[in-house]
Amino acid sequence: MSALVRVRDLTVKFVSRDRTVHAVNGVDFDLNQGEVLCILGESGSGKSVTLRALMRLNPPARTVMTGTLQVGGYDIIAASEREIETIRGRSVAMVFQEPMTALDPVFTIGEQITETVIRHEGVSKAVAHKRALELLDLVQIPSAERRLAAYPHELSGGLRQRAMIAIALSCRPKLLLADEPTTALDATVQIQILLLLRRLQQELGMGVIFVTHDLGVAGEIADRISVMYAGRFVEEGSVRDVMRTARHPYTQGLLGATVHEGMRGKRLTTITGSPPNLASLPAGCAFAPRCPSADAACLEAVPNLDGAFGSHRARCIHQHAEVLA
Amino acid sequence: MISTIFRRALYSLPIALAVSLFCFLLVHIAPGDPINAILPPDAPADVIAQVKESYGLDKPLPVQFGIWLFHILQGDLGRSLATGRDIWPDLHSALANTLVLALASAAIGFPLGTLFGSVAGAFRGTWIDRLAVGIAVAGVSVPHYWLGMVMVVIFSVILNWLPSMGASPDGSGAWALDWEHLSHLVLPAITLSVIPMGIVTRTLRGIVGDILNQDFITTLRGKGLKRGGLMLHVVKNAAPQALAVMGLQLGYLMGGSILVETVFAWPGTGLLLNNAIFQRDIPVLQSTILVLSMFFVGLNLAVDLAQALLDPRMRR
Repeated sequence: MSALVRVRDLTVKFVSRDRTVHAVNGVDFDLNQGEVLCILGESGSGKSVTLRALMRLNPPARTVMTGTLQVGGYDIIAASEREIETIRGRSVAMVFQEPMTALDPVFTIGEQITETVIRHEGVSKAVAHKRALELLDLVQIPSAERRLAAYPHELSGGLRQRAMIAIALSCRPKLLLADEPTTALDATVQIQILLLLRRLQQELGMGVIFVTHDLGVAGEIADRISVMYAGRFVEEGSVRDVMRTARHPYTQGLLGATVHEGMRGKRLTTITGSPPNLASLPAGCAFAPRCPSADAACLEAVPNLDGAFGSHRARCIHQHAEVLA
Repeated sequence: MISTIFRRALYSLPIALAVSLFCFLLVHIAPGDPINAILPPDAPADVIAQVKESYGLDKPLPVQFGIWLFHILQGDLGRSLATGRDIWPDLHSALANTLVLALASAAIGFPLGTLFGSVAGAFRGTWIDRLAVGIAVAGVSVPHYWLGMVMVVIFSVILNWLPSMGASPDGSGAWALDWEHLSHLVLPAITLSVIPMGIVTRTLRGIVGDILNQDFITTLRGKGLKRGGLMLHVVKNAAPQALAVMGLQLGYLMGGSILVETVFAWPGTGLLLNNAIFQRDIPVLQSTILVLSMFFVGLNLAVDLAQALLDPRMRR
């Protein structure tokens, strides 16, 4: 069976009159049906852009994409606008970060679910309404009938995000993209939404790509983690490998800056400096200016994702030394 | 929804009351004693006192206001000082003419403005956008009485296609729906439509541009909606604000056409007001302003309710 998602050397540039921003600079990955990949990174690392590229949702006038991008057998980069429109919402669906602004304020939840179902399946309003009820049950929204008639501002943040998930699932997509779906929520609600997403993913057997800056969230939901920095994956591997034996200094920095198990008695550290300007990237390792173990060799060329440790790979020329040390 | 209607209508009451108070006070705000408009300045004191009494001007102001309001509510607007005739019949026909003119201008200006504005908002930064903005700026900047005169020169004097004055061929204020009458409407309606067209263009450009930048538009695109489905969302989101602007503009068209009505000798409220001002005909002034203001208040109420109907967040 071929992979659900196949990405090779994907680059995404935003071109405007006075500058070009290199948001994604060569990303490769595969995702199989039923697998959960978490893309981890800070703001501006290109993780959301990568996610949106999978549905070609970046602003069409300014975006230039190159590379190979296949989702469920479709060539996303070459597809016509009409083809893309039929793929969106049916084969691939997305859950956004901020459910308050991502839902249309003047349409009811019900209208926003049924329009998707009607759009892709051409069914009657009554059938779509019945589907909408089932979907609200699926995402565990109580008194579904009443909630379908509600407007987004009448629901709590958690319910809104559940409704958002219901919309995304309305046509049973094979691939679900989640763009920091828990970031805007209260901590207690975050856990509920994460558990819900994981249960739905297992029940429906979807592939999920989950973008977050939260290591805890990543560990909770993912099978694999890819750490993104300056538009490249700098480390990838199973959750266990990446969390326990991070090889890239950036990943180590992220782990050191986060409260997690095994941190008792240790001080939290910070990564000094700030992310590079994506309009003018350095020639070598993009993390070198902030890296504690950088030397002259780091600045020469962008390191490859080193496959010496099997599927756990990192884009750092010093990783072997550090493992020894 | 019913409680919303009730509440909004209730809010309008104090506004209406304040407006009528202002109209009433107009007589007393205007420089000089209102009696000067009725009597020559050298009239003997006993005549002044007698006239004051007959007009009720000797009573305290609140009482005068009460009496005035009482009459108005019964539909009695009083008599014109200049002609001595009842105000209501004249005002009635003037209102009808102004309404016809305002609606005709709105029918030209609003759709054009909506079209230009929406297209400009959807294609921000392109040459289409710059063209629409250019039209809008020209529309709000050109003095409309000047435009009116230019149109008269071109279409009436040089080309002799359209009449330049009045609302009907026989010079009476009466209006009918045939070409004879419609041809009189063309030039003033076009002249008057230019400003609302510009303002609606400018507003809708902003509204549509903003809506297209909202997160939920990305969500909708992500659901695979086609252009038509997306447009439905844009329209419903833009409608409340667009309506507010159009309601306001219609109000201005009703009250703000004094210059254009004068240029085209259109027998509407503008002309009536103009004449009343020059003749110091304060009762006519009062009544006309009052009726126009009430129209404005009513229009705002209607817009409020339409907004609440379209946008659930406003139903509070």
